[in-house]
Amino acid sequence: MLETRYRAARALPLGAISRPAATGSGVSVRPAGAETRFSLRARFATGTALKVAGIALDAPINTVGSDGEVWIARLGPDEWLVGGPEADADLLQGRIHEALAGLPHSLVDVSHRNVGIDVSGRQAAAVLNAGCPLDLSEAAFPPGSATRTLLGKAEIVLIRATAAPLYRVECWRSFSTYVHGFLNEAVFGAEGSAAL
Amino acid sequence: MLLIACPHCGKRPETEFRCGGQAHIARPTDPSTIDDGAWSEHLFVRANPKGVHAERWCHAHGCGRWFNALRDTISDRFIETYPMGEQAKSGVKPGTVLATHSATHAATQSETRA
Amino acid sequence: MAQPFRLSRGGRIDRSRPIVFTFNGKPVHGYAGDTVASALLANGIHLVGRSFKYHRPRGILSHGPDEPSALLSVDRGPGRIDPNNRASVVEARSGLRTTSQNHWPSLEFDVGAVNDLLSPVFVAGFYYKTFMWPRTFWDRVYEPFIRAAAGLGKAPTVADPDRYANRHAHCDVLIVGAGPAGLAAALAAARTGKRVILADEGAEPGGALLHDTTSEIDGRPAADWLAQTLAELDARENVILLPRTTAFGYYNHNHVAMTERVTDHLTSAAGQAPRERLWQVRAEQVVLAGGAHERPLVFADNDRPGILLAESVRVFLNRYGVAPGRRLVFATSGASAYRAALDARAAGLDVTLVDLRLEADCGPELAQLRAAGADVLTGHTVVGSKGRKRVTGLIVAPVGSDGRCGGRRLLACDCVGMSGGWTPAVHLFSQSRGKLAYDEAIDAFVPSRSAQEERSAGAARGTYDLAACLGDGFAAGAAAAGSEARQDFKATATLTGFQPVRIMPTDADPTKVRAFVDYQNDVTAKDIKLAVREGFQSIEHVKRYTTTGMATDQGKTSNMNALGIVAGQLDKALPAVGTTTFRPPYTPVTFGALVGPARHALFDPIRTTPIHEWAEAHGALFENVALWRRAWYFPKDGEDLHAAVARECKAVREGVGIFDASTLGKIEIVGRDAAEFMNRLYINPWTKLAPGRCRYGLMLKEDGYILDDGVVARVSDTCFHVTTTTGGAARVLAHMEDYLQTEWPELEVFLTSTTEQWAVIALQGPKARDVIAPLVDGIDLSPEAFPHMAMRSGTICGVPTRLFRVSFTGELGFEINVPSDHARAVWEAVFEAGRAHGITPYGTETMHVLRAEKGYIIVGQETDGTVTPDDVGMAGMIPKAKGDFVGKRSLARPDVVASGRKQLVGLVTDDPKLVLDEGAQIVTDTGQPIPMRMLGHVTSSYWSANCGRSIALALVEGGRARMNGHLHVTTPDGFTRVTVCEPVFFDVKGERIHA
Repeated sequence: MLETRYRAARALPLGAISRPAATGSGVSVRPAGAETRFSLRARFATGTALKVAGIALDAPINTVGSDGEVWIARLGPDEWLVGGPEADADLLQGRIHEALAGLPHSLVDVSHRNVGIDVSGRQAAAVLNAGCPLDLSEAAFPPGSATRTLLGKAEIVLIRATAAPLYRVECWRSFSTYVHGFLNEAVFGAEGSAAL
Repeated sequence: MLLIACPHCGKRPETEFRCGGQAHIARPTDPSTIDDGAWSEHLFVRANPKGVHAERWCHAHGCGRWFNALRDTISDRFIETYPMGEQAKSGVKPGTVLATHSATHAATQSETRA
Repeated sequence: MAQPFRLSRGGRIDRSRPIVFTFNGKPVHGYAGDTVASALLANGIHLVGRSFKYHRPRGILSHGPDEPSALLSVDRGPGRIDPNNRASVVEARSGLRTTSQNHWPSLEFDVGAVNDLLSPVFVAGFYYKTFMWPRTFWDRVYEPFIRAAAGLGKAPTVADPDRYANRHAHCDVLIVGAGPAGLAAALAAARTGKRVILADEGAEPGGALLHDTTSEIDGRPAADWLAQTLAELDARENVILLPRTTAFGYYNHNHVAMTERVTDHLTSAAGQAPRERLWQVRAEQVVLAGGAHERPLVFADNDRPGILLAESVRVFLNRYGVAPGRRLVFATSGASAYRAALDARAAGLDVTLVDLRLEADCGPELAQLRAAGADVLTGHTVVGSKGRKRVTGLIVAPVGSDGRCGGRRLLACDCVGMSGGWTPAVHLFSQSRGKLAYDEAIDAFVPSRSAQEERSAGAARGTYDLAACLGDGFAAGAAAAGSEARQDFKATATLTGFQPVRIMPTDADPTKVRAFVDYQNDVTAKDIKLAVREGFQSIEHVKRYTTTGMATDQGKTSNMNALGIVAGQLDKALPAVGTTTFRPPYTPVTFGALVGPARHALFDPIRTTPIHEWAEAHGALFENVALWRRAWYFPKDGEDLHAAVARECKAVREGVGIFDASTLGKIEIVGRDAAEFMNRLYINPWTKLAPGRCRYGLMLKEDGYILDDGVVARVSDTCFHVTTTTGGAARVLAHMEDYLQTEWPELEVFLTSTTEQWAVIALQGPKARDVIAPLVDGIDLSPEAFPHMAMRSGTICGVPTRLFRVSFTGELGFEINVPSDHARAVWEAVFEAGRAHGITPYGTETMHVLRAEKGYIIVGQETDGTVTPDDVGMAGMIPKAKGDFVGKRSLARPDVVASGRKQLVGLVTDDPKLVLDEGAQIVTDTGQPIPMRMLGHVTSSYWSANCGRSIALALVEGGRARMNGHLHVTTPDGFTRVTVCEPVFFDVKGERIHA
């Protein structure tokens, strides 16, 4: 199939960048691989028990649900960012349309618009706070949180799916060099702190 | 940097927002029926009160939603934020000059020293 | 190593870790834990700088952040030279090179000291009075003089190699200052489990407890209480304790900015760690416990090296184990200096104390000090000092009840400790917009009404007694954490109480005496009095006229004395004079800390397309378009811009060119009401546009002026693929969302940015179809099946594409939209396939020329936010029957329908080789008097290789009525004549586009 051919050939913008050396703060900044993503916009009455891949769409704003492979982040009252394995793109698209059949919605493929970067390690939140002005403490940004926000001068979506100190930073493709560079710099910037 | 309570996302830093100027100026449903004077008033004339001001804000780098806010331009304190299409609940009228900016700790500071 | 003034024991320095640094090239020995100031004093060095205006010898006045005089340049290596560091806060370490400032040729012998002899000339307002006339002197005499004299220290000449970090943080309670009040506040807040940040500017938390060797707290020495308290705070997960961190700015909604000095104190390279870190803390509650600053006494020659603040003498003795002198005289009008004198006696030093207060007004401190074997002269004033580069004596005299001075007496000494009372550090409180109130009992302004969620505690609000400070701090910390808890502390009573004095009584002619108020800006009591006599009554005006309080120390030591003198001159009560405004930063902040990581590649995001690396590899030069970096032109074999663009332009019209248009904004508009939404936002009609067809859309703001433009394709009945200009992408999406959410929420439409989902490869030229034909599947490319302004979906090189047949060149053209991660592969495949047809990559410059040849506008170049559709000849695109749309009503505004508006026209020069300047002004008659009446300006101007001549577009008043007429355009050396023409220069009939 043609789809298989072109998807295998995706040239990711951060593909060639080597990883930073390990540092004192022990935080790793790793570009994610090729994934599929959709921007979902929809309007439906609250309390409508809609689910995709077992994940409720009616979850509170600024939360993320995941079945381990597919994740759905609710970014606003009528906006979701959906992520999943590259190979499941068509399947996922079909399931969302099916779930929302008859309801006003828009599902736009943004797999190539977005770039994912994973930031992990005990001090990951401190590293992110170099540029992200949000309170990322356990109480304020617990596992299952996701929101659009800023990192330095770039807009990002910040996702924390699990209890692990692992954050997914999603940004637009052309900002990925900046965001990746910013995070690598922030790893060094978090060093030597009396507060770590 | 202000801290602004988005009706959907809670308190967020000002950098995530865009200010859209005075609130509650509805676009006429049929502008062609408006005379030149009224149209220029609609387009160009805005209040600039010392005191409470009703403003539009957009949580541009957050949920992306527009909402309204009452802000005291003297103290920069937000009295409330509320969704588009609704009216303020606090009943504070734009243009009001509030008596004190914040009396929260007035007593604490003026207690006699031990 | 010899440190002749180091006491044999005591202090918190680590005597097992000697260090050595240099001062003016000579080695200075000290110990870990020293500041540069304490190490200098340990070596008997008091003369450390020359004053700003008079170049008077100056020494170390203070032990802390308020130091006005001892400003040193600190050199930590190449690019790491930092001027104007206070010796009192720079931690001494091996390897530092420090130098004094503001002298030539040397600190010991300074030619500029002649200013001191000329001091009668340099009175208040000297600059305003002197540099007035004659006018011709300004550029050649006054300005160079002022520039040479201005500023202290030298800026580094090499880029700063250090790393600076940024950190946003949140907490429930932020406590500023880790002295007794701050520590007690931290204990109280921490015990509630709330998140606490405790920041202190010192290397070691503790504040005044660090030099308190005599007090006890709850039955233990103060130092023990400090150690135990720090241990408790340290053990708590909910507390972040930040030493070396200065809270310097208090902004809206409890946003407090602080700088943490991370590595300056470390001798060995600190790996990759940043030099400083800027903390931006958002706190629910703030406790300000920044303590108080001591006031100097104002008397003649009170600025000689060796004259220190009394409490600073105590700090050097107790904390650093350094005697600032062996024969000490303390001068005071209050009790706190007695504590310093007692500690000096305890260190075995020779002590005399001069107290302005009468015997009966003194407290128990008097008997205590006399019992310790010190001479105390009560009812005495200080009328002057002796010495030049170091004080050698203090001249004192008794003051009678009538205020007259009795016989003078010289007290020989090598160090003076003076105290004129205390000023609470209300800087941050005042920055928070809190209101101050004057407290007569302590002669000071203290926090009164809060404007934000904060409270002050301890000496910062005038509470000076140790036990009271602790109790006050604890209560403040508890209250900030929402707790009612209180704790009583038992502690040794602090010696407090003083009688305020503005200027020490003197028998000298006050017009001849120089008694310094502001040490850093060399402002004397006389200057301030003169300013008042000259009519300045507002303290804000006196401040600016005399420059008192305007130096880098912001008048920490001088403001209250200056206020008092002004009040005295005006015969007003002090609160009636008011106080000056406190502004951030509290103490100087490095530029590095403010800039943080935002430099070099991280200064701004640099947006690049998936084709960027290919363009780089093929020699492209780039230009900045908004944040994007776009290929500008592709020079070959040493071509300049002109030659490369001429070649690229011809190649497109004669063969085929390939262009990266990926930066174009793209928005997917989806929903039942998509066409209606489009109708309301664009001047064009959309309802009848068939799926698979495109239309050029023009969008206005509500004021009727052009906002943006771009080609729109209808993908299906309920889906449009909108394109915007590169720079307008975010603006247009925001504009659309605004209307959708706030004006027409009833419309069922959703907007999604796809700018970066789709990369766009533009293929333009007569051979464009031939190049892509073998690569495209599922699309009939024939002109009949796929006409101009159509869009088809299919695949190219196996990659899904939205293929647009559109043209911004006037040639047959395709814009190949492919998912970004495949763009490079498709681009290379197309380029490979195009080789046989002479395919030529071109950049934005050629794109600009080709569209100008066709008269296509660029929003932002032909328009400037005041241009209507009719102005650019596009009013015809608005259907007569079309209903309301954004901006329509404004097209009927009187000024928009008025005649004589500027209209888009073409211009051709008489000399075909002359290329006009963009922005050049246009007139009818060059003979008219200046200022001439300008009719408009050139908006675009290029050499057109395809036309064989220069071409230009212009906005000209009543332009369309001037067709074929002559006008004149400014050139660098005059005017040139042009002929007005239609704004299209190539293929006027527009046939090529339909090939």
